[in-house]
Amino acid sequence: MNNNKKVFEKAVHGIFLILGLVTIGCVLMITVYLVISGIPAIREIGLLKFLFGKKWESASSDPSYGILPFILTSVYGTAGAIVAGVPVGFFTAVYLSKVASKGVKETVETIVSLLAGIPSVVYGLAGMLVLVPGIRRIFHVADGASLLAAIVVLAIMILPSIIKVSTTALDAVPKEYEDASLALGATPVETYFRVSVPAARSGIATAVVLGIGRAIGEAMAVMMVSGNVANMPGLFKSVRFLTTAVASEMSYSSGLQRQALFSIALVLFLFIMLINATLGFFLKDRKGV
Amino acid sequence: MYGNGVSKARKIYIMSMRVLMWASVAVTCLLALFMIVYISVRGIPNISWEILSTKPSYLSGGIGILPDIMNTVYILIATLVIVIPLGAGAAIYLTEYASNKRIVAVIEYAAETLSGIPSIIYGLVGMLFFCQFLNMKTSIIAGALTLVIMNLPTIMRTTQESLKTVPQSYREGAFGLGAGKWRVIRTVVLPGCVDGVITGCILSAGRILGESAALLFTAGFAHALNGIFEGFSSPGATLTVALYVYAKEQGEFGIAFAIAAILMVLALVINLSAMLTGKYFKRRRNI
Repeated sequence: MNNNKKVFEKAVHGIFLILGLVTIGCVLMITVYLVISGIPAIREIGLLKFLFGKKWESASSDPSYGILPFILTSVYGTAGAIVAGVPVGFFTAVYLSKVASKGVKETVETIVSLLAGIPSVVYGLAGMLVLVPGIRRIFHVADGASLLAAIVVLAIMILPSIIKVSTTALDAVPKEYEDASLALGATPVETYFRVSVPAARSGIATAVVLGIGRAIGEAMAVMMVSGNVANMPGLFKSVRFLTTAVASEMSYSSGLQRQALFSIALVLFLFIMLINATLGFFLKDRKGV
Repeated sequence: MYGNGVSKARKIYIMSMRVLMWASVAVTCLLALFMIVYISVRGIPNISWEILSTKPSYLSGGIGILPDIMNTVYILIATLVIVIPLGAGAAIYLTEYASNKRIVAVIEYAAETLSGIPSIIYGLVGMLFFCQFLNMKTSIIAGALTLVIMNLPTIMRTTQESLKTVPQSYREGAFGLGAGKWRVIRTVVLPGCVDGVITGCILSAGRILGESAALLFTAGFAHALNGIFEGFSSPGATLTVALYVYAKEQGEFGIAFAIAAILMVLALVINLSAMLTGKYFKRRRNI
């Protein structure tokens, strides 16, 4: 190989290396920007006062920046969505993977991926005009835009990913396990729930964690149905999530208020990193089996 | 049903599990059906040629979504043009070049992290970095660059998967004939990643069409009609952002439903094309 060619190959290698490193660069950039812009407000307000303050009054003359309402709303909202969405997704996945015929499975899977493809603002729009008035009428509250509406919308939005990931996990359970269980006298349904499901448990756990990540990060759909007032969370109260707190004031904020919004984003980012770490734990667990 | 060997308690358990499964499948399907029917019924009557072909006018008070359609097209093109070389290049590095396992693990971990970050955080960092630090102001191109970071993991993953199906013997054969590394990549590896890139593009297109939180503060929500080049540097709302603005800020539900119906149809088209291309590539590979 002559020298020119060697240099050329080295250069090509270098270019691909740089392209490969872009991803790392992006993660670093996001982390650095969030930390740098998120720290000043926390310093000024005080970490404890910021995280555990119960009052968010960014617009008043004596502003107070406590984000406990947002944190709790995000946690309750996500928990509610998981409680409502996971069982439906789980049973659907078992049905699709084990009971359904090939034709039914394909049809329902197409429907599920259509649900996944609907943009979040469309869910928000339907929620605004169906769910919010519905809640007002059924529960006789003054305004249906509430935590409950957000929970329902989030539960619907996480449903497709829970179904997809759980189905894949259940499909991967070795047939021998099920055959053995059937041969020992268990009925098919007992086999699915007592043998297949435990065998696929880390995959199903992954699905739940992914659902948590999606629910806690969703902004626009939630913004459209949750009422967006910085209350402490209550099922029928108008509430504000971590995501919507950032989105709703960003366009007109300035000074400390704006910096506080960056700090909220930092808190949200930490939540997501925590969820990612959990996810990594489950994935590793799965590889080990 | 199972004869005498199955106790009553077991029968009850089996029956209740069956009922739960059927009910869940029914709920899932009814939700999808409801969304499709509801959005179509409220949206399609509102779609007219006038809305599709005009821009909003303060004089007549009419609302048109042509600018939003154009902005969506611009942002789609800009994002894909930038993200394809980046994502495919990264995938090629990972499968063809990288010999250091630690670097591979770090890059893959970074990609995983990126795909878990919520879009509102992308919007925020995009605003800080592209709009303010790089001084692009609120513009389509700043929005597109933000979406590039979001979609990088998708393109990377699909390309990587398609590269894994290129038989190792092809590469070895090319090397054996005296080809250099770059030549092998150009003639053997690149053709092999076409299907991955196409699948990735379809998935990304779906995500870009549906994205709103990341674009609100990077691409803005202007409804001005621009040509393609001035379009890149000026702010503009995509269809999704326009839907949000019309529904939440202006209470124009007719227009919002019209846009929602258009988005549903596009989502349907993207879904179908993803399915069809997936099947096509699978068949071609098996031959």
